[in-house]
Amino acid sequence: MVAITFIAHDGRTRLVQADIGLSVMKAARNADVPNIDAECGGACSCATCQVYVDPAWLEIVGLPSAAEDAMLDQAPQRRPNSRLSCQIQVTAALDGLTLSVPESQY
Amino acid sequence: MTISTIPPEPGESPGRFGVVIVGGGHAGAQAAGALIQQGYTGRVALVGDEADPPYERPPLSKDYLAGAKDFAQILLRPAAFWADKGITLLTGQRVVSVDSGAHALRLQGGGVIGYDTLIWAAGGRARRLSCSGHDFAGVHCIRTRADVDALAAELPGVERVAVVGGGYIGLEAAAVLTKLGKSVVLLETQDRVLARVAGAPLSRFYEAEHRAHGVDIRLNTTVSAIEGRDDRATGVRLADGTLLPADMVIVGIGIIPETDILQSAGATCSNGVNVDEFCRTNLPDIYAVGDCAAHVNAFADGARIRLESVQNAVDQAGVAVKSILGHPVAYHAVPWFWSNQYDLRLQTIGLSGGHDAAVLRGDPQTRSFSLVYLRQGRVIALDCVNNARDFVQGKALVAGGLAINPVALADNGVALKVLAQPIVA
Repeated sequence: MVAITFIAHDGRTRLVQADIGLSVMKAARNADVPNIDAECGGACSCATCQVYVDPAWLEIVGLPSAAEDAMLDQAPQRRPNSRLSCQIQVTAALDGLTLSVPESQY
Repeated sequence: MTISTIPPEPGESPGRFGVVIVGGGHAGAQAAGALIQQGYTGRVALVGDEADPPYERPPLSKDYLAGAKDFAQILLRPAAFWADKGITLLTGQRVVSVDSGAHALRLQGGGVIGYDTLIWAAGGRARRLSCSGHDFAGVHCIRTRADVDALAAELPGVERVAVVGGGYIGLEAAAVLTKLGKSVVLLETQDRVLARVAGAPLSRFYEAEHRAHGVDIRLNTTVSAIEGRDDRATGVRLADGTLLPADMVIVGIGIIPETDILQSAGATCSNGVNVDEFCRTNLPDIYAVGDCAAHVNAFADGARIRLESVQNAVDQAGVAVKSILGHPVAYHAVPWFWSNQYDLRLQTIGLSGGHDAAVLRGDPQTRSFSLVYLRQGRVIALDCVNNARDFVQGKALVAGGLAINPVALADNGVALKVLAQPIVA
């Protein structure tokens, strides 16, 4: 299990114990973290699972692929540290990761 | 038919609910979750005829078939979610009749469930072949987890697979099975694969890709019988008499929407359960959403259609829920869809049916390109292969029904978002 903290737009935090091998999106959905809608189920096709990566973790989490980058372009409130959580795999290296969730994914 | 006059045995029936959702697929699961999320306080029941809690269907013909994802990974929600949210999940339960006057439905086995509002999200069942041998062992379809588990259990002993149908399911299955080392022949009655859903250049591209991976694609080919021994398939007999030996036959020829029960209850049906822009059927307090809902779609030139997609399932579920909660919003969502085959990622926006022109953006040889469909000069759809940027940026063109010069569209060097800008004089 890997500990990931999700910070909602109103500042409330949720600590989620995520299974290694799942996507961060799936771990968030399993824990019922609000506003991770993931309408396409993790196919990198809807941009409704956007998260903002804590700047301290950017290097470890890594950059989006070209396809993810294109999808992020249609996400509302994209920021330089935006990722699609369905495209981040939970690994041991992410233990302690902090992510922020946008107010709405629509 | 009056269900309410036949009282259920004590303890046999789950009782009465504010909202009963029939169908545990994407649409049903989304509706249940959205009701709770949006503050609905009545009792909610989700009734499905499959044994499992709601799961994602698209991976059945992709990662789940390939063994790259296990079942836990494709569950839409963890198994405990439903009870945690106070949703009564009734799995393995088949609805056999609906009494719209009594606001009740009957389950196989006799249980009766009352409802204030019913959401019919029952989807469809895989269409079967009707020729002789269609029910032999070794003949499979891909619609449910059980279908794929049965198919996968036989795979170790299978060398040759015949796939009947060159639509998305057939092509995705062919891609997976070829990569698993099986010898695959794919049979399509039309003169190209994806004939119902895409333009010819896309069909030709996918045919070439599959052939390059070793799939034997036969077009203009009709199956006349499944040949077998001891009621187990051994091959496929074609209309021209050819016999293609096969240890397994996979039939991917579409679905039959689950309309019979609602139709018997008095629902107006066409190629599905007819619904209005709020997903209401003509029956009181009964909605229909997802694969089985025949709705007027603005992106199909106003035709009444069914859409078999996650997008439609999710968005119509949302429309039904908003209407139930007293904040009706008409269904008006740009259709989108995806298909993964080999390392090719197809993303579709809009509906290409009825196009009168198709413009190629980029070179298919590079395996990254788009096909833009127009009707009377207006963009109605894009098929984007390994080209998420066009998929994303093309949405505005389809949503607005923009008229764009085909010559400009064909210039892959100009981003679609630039073309979507209004021209300022």
